[in-house]
Amino acid sequence: MRLRATPPRGNSSLRRIGAVATTVALVAAACGSDDNSAATSTDVAATARPITLVTYDSFPEADTSLNDALAEFSADTGIEVEVLVAGDTGTMLSKASLTAGNPEGDVMWGVDNTLLSRAIADEVFEPYLASPIADGSVEIAPEFLDLVPNGEATPVDYGDVCVNYDIGWFAERELEPPTSFADLVDPAYAGQLVVQNPATSSPGLAFLLATIHEYGPEGWQDYWSQLGANGVEVVDGWTEAYYERFTWAGGGPTPMVVSYGSSPPAEVIFADPPRDDAPTGVIEDTCFRQVEFAGVLRGTDAPDAARQLIDFLVSDRFQQELALNLFVYPTNQAVELPQEFFDFAVVPEISRSIDPAVIDAERSTWIDEWTELVLG
Amino acid sequence: MNRLPRWLLIALAVGPTAGLAAFYVWPFVTLVVEAVDATVLADTFGRAATWEVVWFTLWQAVASTVVTIAVGLAPAYVLARHDFRGRTVIVGLLTAMFVLPTVVMGAAFLALLPDSLDRTVWAVIGAHVVFNLAVVVRVVGSLWEHLPTDMEAAAATLGASRWKVATQISWPLVRPAVTAAATIVFLFTFTSYGVIRILGAPGTRTIEVEVWRRATQLGDIGGAAVLALLQLAVLIVIVSWSTIAQRRHAQAIGLVPTSARRRPRTVGERRFVTLVAGAVLLIAAAPLVALVVRSFSTPTGWSTAAWNDLGRTEIRPGIRIGIDPVEAIVNSLTNAAWATAFAVVIGALASLAIVGAGRAGRALDGGLMLPLATSAVTIGFGMLITFDTAPVDWRASWWLVPVGHALIAVPFVVRTCVGVLRSVDPAMGDAAATLGASPVRAWRATLVPYLWRPLAVGSVLAAAISLGEFGATSFISRSGGETMPIAIEQLLGRTGSILQAQGFALATLLAATTVILVVIVERLQSPVTGRAQR
Repeated sequence: MRLRATPPRGNSSLRRIGAVATTVALVAAACGSDDNSAATSTDVAATARPITLVTYDSFPEADTSLNDALAEFSADTGIEVEVLVAGDTGTMLSKASLTAGNPEGDVMWGVDNTLLSRAIADEVFEPYLASPIADGSVEIAPEFLDLVPNGEATPVDYGDVCVNYDIGWFAERELEPPTSFADLVDPAYAGQLVVQNPATSSPGLAFLLATIHEYGPEGWQDYWSQLGANGVEVVDGWTEAYYERFTWAGGGPTPMVVSYGSSPPAEVIFADPPRDDAPTGVIEDTCFRQVEFAGVLRGTDAPDAARQLIDFLVSDRFQQELALNLFVYPTNQAVELPQEFFDFAVVPEISRSIDPAVIDAERSTWIDEWTELVLG
Repeated sequence: MNRLPRWLLIALAVGPTAGLAAFYVWPFVTLVVEAVDATVLADTFGRAATWEVVWFTLWQAVASTVVTIAVGLAPAYVLARHDFRGRTVIVGLLTAMFVLPTVVMGAAFLALLPDSLDRTVWAVIGAHVVFNLAVVVRVVGSLWEHLPTDMEAAAATLGASRWKVATQISWPLVRPAVTAAATIVFLFTFTSYGVIRILGAPGTRTIEVEVWRRATQLGDIGGAAVLALLQLAVLIVIVSWSTIAQRRHAQAIGLVPTSARRRPRTVGERRFVTLVAGAVLLIAAAPLVALVVRSFSTPTGWSTAAWNDLGRTEIRPGIRIGIDPVEAIVNSLTNAAWATAFAVVIGALASLAIVGAGRAGRALDGGLMLPLATSAVTIGFGMLITFDTAPVDWRASWWLVPVGHALIAVPFVVRTCVGVLRSVDPAMGDAAATLGASPVRAWRATLVPYLWRPLAVGSVLAAAISLGEFGATSFISRSGGETMPIAIEQLLGRTGSILQAQGFALATLLAATTVILVVIVERLQSPVTGRAQR
């Protein structure tokens, strides 16, 4: 700091430094190419090492039926799968953008429709649509396929991001839970909502988009100012919001949380002791449609194994585990949902959505504006 | 002195020069050339948020500096002028605070403060003050210690009040040291990163944090680069100004070599010393104690759960947060071992070259110091966007993080070694030459043997720097390769009580390791000045 900041000067020495740097770079590149040589060999060699599934932090790493399904895939194909948790979706995608072409894993699970265009623009994925979908053996809704017209990635699940509330908490206080966006800024509900930062979290971004859908590109800022004044809490990710701040699931202080329309049935299914009614409810008016994708990470040295894994991710075997483990709906239409989902899940009559092209054009501006407005 | 042959000097200098060119100069040039263009400049400077961040960075640095100086002058005086029981403990404690990794300091304040003050600007300023107290005590104190007391005594004899002596005699004498200390504190707090990542809220962001956020969270590489360069420009202005100011105000004072420390005599003096010493002890020890305490506390009472299950960061069965503290410890140790090896080899070669060559040696010296003058964040950011295309796509290489750490550690190794090598009496070389040794032989026999001891000191310093490095690592480490500081930041960013306790446990471990390493350094040699910016 207090040191002379004079760069080495002198023409000849500068040229020498340049030459030396080139040599070093070449030598290092030669050493480094050991890793790359694997890329040119066949996948027979690649399957010798496990392939890495990069995912968001609510994806279970072990001990669930979802992981059992992955283990079956490994047993059938000889391809071991390691789960690498990389934070909430926004954080995960930021990392993927910075490592595009030299990825941290082979397959990525969980980029959603609010962020897909960024993933495509940053060339995170090597375009691949699961072959069972391409050849029609697995059927999915055309609206999902429309999101990936060039087979950039594979739609694997969908759900609705909605505000959830703790039924018991409101009952105890004899307070009617809110039913609309407008209610959320009512002082009666001050300090009762925790949301995720849209810059780092995909449900957070979905919730922001839902408010933009409701109040329009010129009106949402005012709404968020009111939310801020009403004491909305912001955290970085869904896991933190739901499992650490929410009164019901996390023993936290906040009775309302941005989560999924399918969270209530999950609370019934995993209730201990068992229960036959949902402890949490959903504010249907706030729901925003979210579609999640899986893709082959560009630069993987095991592209064939990665594609096989994508194919498996849309198979009946894997898709039937999604509802109970990730609280999302399978895109594979042949898969039936567990009974609890019919009883307790909320599939809103109209789920909000915004044209992907508009999201793509405005996303970073909106996030910037939101950050200034809410986090100041 | 016998000149060493040219080939030897070139052989010595080639490694350090190449390393500097490849891992510092090149990324820096890339940052400027590739990331910045007119649109990005216009966008960044046109955004109100940019100026808010700049304003916040500036005012919190000024506030931190003013408070640090105000709080630090009394201890500097007491520790310089008085001898009392526990003095060495306090000096040691302050030094320990100063060398703690920034993330640990942030964690310690998070542990200390009540929830209502966490993540506010007051927490940030508080951490900055405690962190940099040692700068004031060392810089101002070392001058104070050697100031002759006779002028003050003469003034007192002539009837000047204590206040008058302090303001009219002592203050003008110590002012240059205060300015120097203030400059250092300002530079450290202006570029504060780790402390703010832990303690800051979204609204309290320094330029450094904004660079990280834009680059890694928003994907706005250009905007981040502009901010990094803006910060560098401010730093250059301030460093130049302080150099000029110090030269202008330089005055000849007859410093006395021996210290004038004495035991407090009057009751008032004794009270004053006790008060100041007690306060410093409290200020410096409280955050560290809080850190340890919080690693054992859970909402349900005392528990060693965080320590026992350090490797289990589960929120729900099967659901982890993607951070494994035990793995982070292993990663940190591995990185530190390699970073130390790199830094020692490069540092040793560079030191010999610097001492052996004349003007070219000084140029190399200055060049190797540059990474210190740039922020660690800028270094990590530059490396991230430079080494991302074939054939230099090194993002996945295991050695990238250790190289980044080594870049920051080399200046310390060089400073430690060059000082010792320069003090070797050239007459020994001459004597060897007289006895018939060739220049190379004489060099090997008389100079090289003096390298090992400072090199040992340098290697311990390098290890400490690598273990605590956060700025560069936060850009270039990959998922699964998290180091201890990264894991601490992530764990403390969560609200789950067990995750928090694990973060504090990890921070306690890192603090203890750093302090032990620094104690080893102090045992091995005279005090080392300066701190790596992290």
